[in-house]
Amino acid sequence: MSESKELYLLRRRPPSEKVVDVSFKYLAVTLASMVAVVLFAILIVVFWGSLESMGRYGLKFLVTSNWNPVDDEYGAFTAIYGTIVTSMLSLLIAVPLGVGTAVFITENIIPLRIRNVIGVMVELLAAIPSVVLGLWAIFVMEPFIRPFLEFLYATFEWLPIFSSPPIGPGTAPAILILVVMILPIITSISRDSLNQVPDKLRQAAYGVGTTRWGAVLNVLLPAAISGIVGGVMLALGRAMGETMAVTMIIGNSNNFSPSLLAPGNTIAAMLANQFGEADGSQVSSLMYAAFILMILSLAVNVFAQWLVKRLSLKY
Amino acid sequence: MPDSTLTPQPVSENTCISIQNATISYGSYEAVKNVYCDIPRGKVTAFIGPSGCGKSTVLRALNRMNDLIEGCSLRGRVLFDGADLYDPSVDPVEVRRRIGMVFQQPNPFPKSIYENIAFGARINGFTGDMDELVERSLRQAAVWDECKDKLNESGYSLSGGQQQRLCIARTIAIQPEVILMDEPCSALDPISTLKIEETMHELKKSFTIVIVTHNMQQAVRVSDMTAFYNAEAVEGGSGKVGYLVEFNETEKIFNAPTQQATQDYVSGRFG
Amino acid sequence: MTFSSSHRLANGVPDLAYKQGLRRNLIARLLTVIAGLFAAIAVLPLIAVLVYVLIKGGQKISLTLLTELPPPPGLEGGGIANAIIGSIVVTLIAAVIAIPVGVGGGIFLAEYSRGGKFAQFIRFGTNVLSGVPSIIAGVFIYGTIVTSRILFGNAYSAAAGGMALSILMLPTVIKTTDEGLKLVSDDLRRGALGVGASKFVTVVRITLPTAFTPIATGVVLSIARAAGETAPLIFTALFSPFWSEGIDGVFNPIATLSVLIYNFAIMPYEAQNELAWAASFVLVLFILGLNLFARWLGQFASK
Repeated sequence: MSESKELYLLRRRPPSEKVVDVSFKYLAVTLASMVAVVLFAILIVVFWGSLESMGRYGLKFLVTSNWNPVDDEYGAFTAIYGTIVTSMLSLLIAVPLGVGTAVFITENIIPLRIRNVIGVMVELLAAIPSVVLGLWAIFVMEPFIRPFLEFLYATFEWLPIFSSPPIGPGTAPAILILVVMILPIITSISRDSLNQVPDKLRQAAYGVGTTRWGAVLNVLLPAAISGIVGGVMLALGRAMGETMAVTMIIGNSNNFSPSLLAPGNTIAAMLANQFGEADGSQVSSLMYAAFILMILSLAVNVFAQWLVKRLSLKY
Repeated sequence: MPDSTLTPQPVSENTCISIQNATISYGSYEAVKNVYCDIPRGKVTAFIGPSGCGKSTVLRALNRMNDLIEGCSLRGRVLFDGADLYDPSVDPVEVRRRIGMVFQQPNPFPKSIYENIAFGARINGFTGDMDELVERSLRQAAVWDECKDKLNESGYSLSGGQQQRLCIARTIAIQPEVILMDEPCSALDPISTLKIEETMHELKKSFTIVIVTHNMQQAVRVSDMTAFYNAEAVEGGSGKVGYLVEFNETEKIFNAPTQQATQDYVSGRFG
Repeated sequence: MTFSSSHRLANGVPDLAYKQGLRRNLIARLLTVIAGLFAAIAVLPLIAVLVYVLIKGGQKISLTLLTELPPPPGLEGGGIANAIIGSIVVTLIAAVIAIPVGVGGGIFLAEYSRGGKFAQFIRFGTNVLSGVPSIIAGVFIYGTIVTSRILFGNAYSAAAGGMALSILMLPTVIKTTDEGLKLVSDDLRRGALGVGASKFVTVVRITLPTAFTPIATGVVLSIARAAGETAPLIFTALFSPFWSEGIDGVFNPIATLSVLIYNFAIMPYEAQNELAWAASFVLVLFILGLNLFARWLGQFASK
């Protein structure tokens, strides 16, 4: 009896083991805190950097559209307007496309194998780097859509949004490349949400004699709405902060124009373009713009989480 | 049996659904084989048998619910009042509007109680008084008293048994000719089960009912006719294939079965 | 009759035929066509991008391209070798920072937190951080590391670029670790604790190895994402037309494929544009390779 007990030399925990145990816990806590530290550091650094510009321009910064490093005069209206317009319009195009695609590849309209191939392809599209899409937009997409944009200009010149001739880079091509970039997010999240709708609901809908689309529109989409909205908001945040492809194709003009065919700017594109070579109060103004971008994407993020909670159905 | 697919088989006037040599497969795997069964009109028919015998598969074949399962196919014929349900020209949506179904798990829509009933009726082109239809259906399903004060609340605010009766009401509301029930009480407690059985006694006055159950007492209590299915391993095949052993009046099945397998099953020696 | 759909034929047989002209069938067909069209439009850009990158980039691929430095602006020839190495270096730096921090944070959330206020806050912060635009990460590192010259007096450097990328990787690594560990059954944890293992031993020897594949999949995907990022690098790692040498290279500006594509795409010289396509070819191949590897890892796990 006593002999076999002595074989377990470690029955009493050595102090070293306790030390390891406790320090591991604190290590984990510390590493987790890094998220908060980084997040606050970003906020503080950007806010601190923008203080000078904030003090000089105040809220006027948001509504004036001159951006003039030579005279040291800054107003970010063009970029803010561009950020909102490009993200909203791209969302407007991408949401029906993405949700429609998601329905097409979750319902049994075509064979499973083809559906899976489309699903994988859409996910791979999400993996293509933004800068490669920008390159493609400059050399392939923009020349391809130019005749169409020229047609819009020729036909609808009287509309302010088509009131200038397309010259190559511009807001409209930027919107289209944003559609390409956020489409995979909307599609794959909508697809996941539709797949998560319990099968018994689908059966219930078919059981009372709906057509496939009756089931989709009346039962499946409403049941999946919270996930889909979450995906859409995520896509909105991505579109607002998207930098490279937009920078490469939007034209980076700080002269305000209501025309979508004219070059424009977004906050992210402006940062990418000017930050490296800026100094003095231009840096501060760019930081101010960056701060606005952060607040915008933070607001979208928080709003998204709130909306998803509100819309989630029990089933 | 001559293979005459062009003209409907002469079917007795009293037969509502006639299953003629049906073999149902998932991909290349046969789940049930060579089922012949004439389901009489205005009666309750129970499908019993051990799990995996294909009784639910046959039930789902009766309103083409199996179409939703990838790779599921049926050979043979299923005639509904003389119309072949698996004719290529048939619209499964039309079938399901005439042959309703209550599922194993209560599955109300994530909508209000009222909408749960009204939805199906509306898409079936109901033009009458919707309030009246909702009340009548809920009453017929014996769940009106529990629901009448909260018609605008979510169907999920009800208990499991009430949800299942809501689903029955939803099916009644579209006025089908046949109601299929796939183990409707398997997820419920005994009291809810009792209530649903009482409901069924009312329902069989107006509908033909086919019910799958794993509970033999329930089959005895509710059904007029009983079909006993069994499964057996087949040569060269992987897994078991189901088949119909015996189909007769419930009383005969339970008291004087002609097959040994039925005898074993109903006396509890098996399954 | 209040229902419109209970028609019967003259002989009493129910009419179950599919009717083309019925409104519901017309609508259903129309919607199916629209959805199919949308799916085609969604897939089209991918095919177009891939085809162009493969053709325009692929035909430039040669030994010179993979071994030589980029030419001065306007001149022909040369390669993208330093950018290939640079991309690997910067991504590695980012991974070395983000993986331990992220996995540690994920372990805290899944194994220690018990859903308290602090953990909720960290989860919320992780979500917010993953929504921070990538360019902001660049601005942040520029404002802290680059302008302060804190890294041995160097301003722009590969290390700064790696740090910026690690900020973008961090939320993904935390989330995948957290979710991967949550998939591990509690029975396993109880089993380990039940034989007297300490929490540390349970986590390191039992739960982490069990959750290895989902975590690894997420980490590989986050590396693939980081490798293609450009915005955080343009004013942190900057660019360099030269080789980066030894450990010194880590603290000096470095070329990366993504920044090379950006710089060369907007240059008005055809030779540089071509190099941008070639770099895209290499980058896309590398990233798709990592994605397929992650996919394989995931499938490996489900077996």
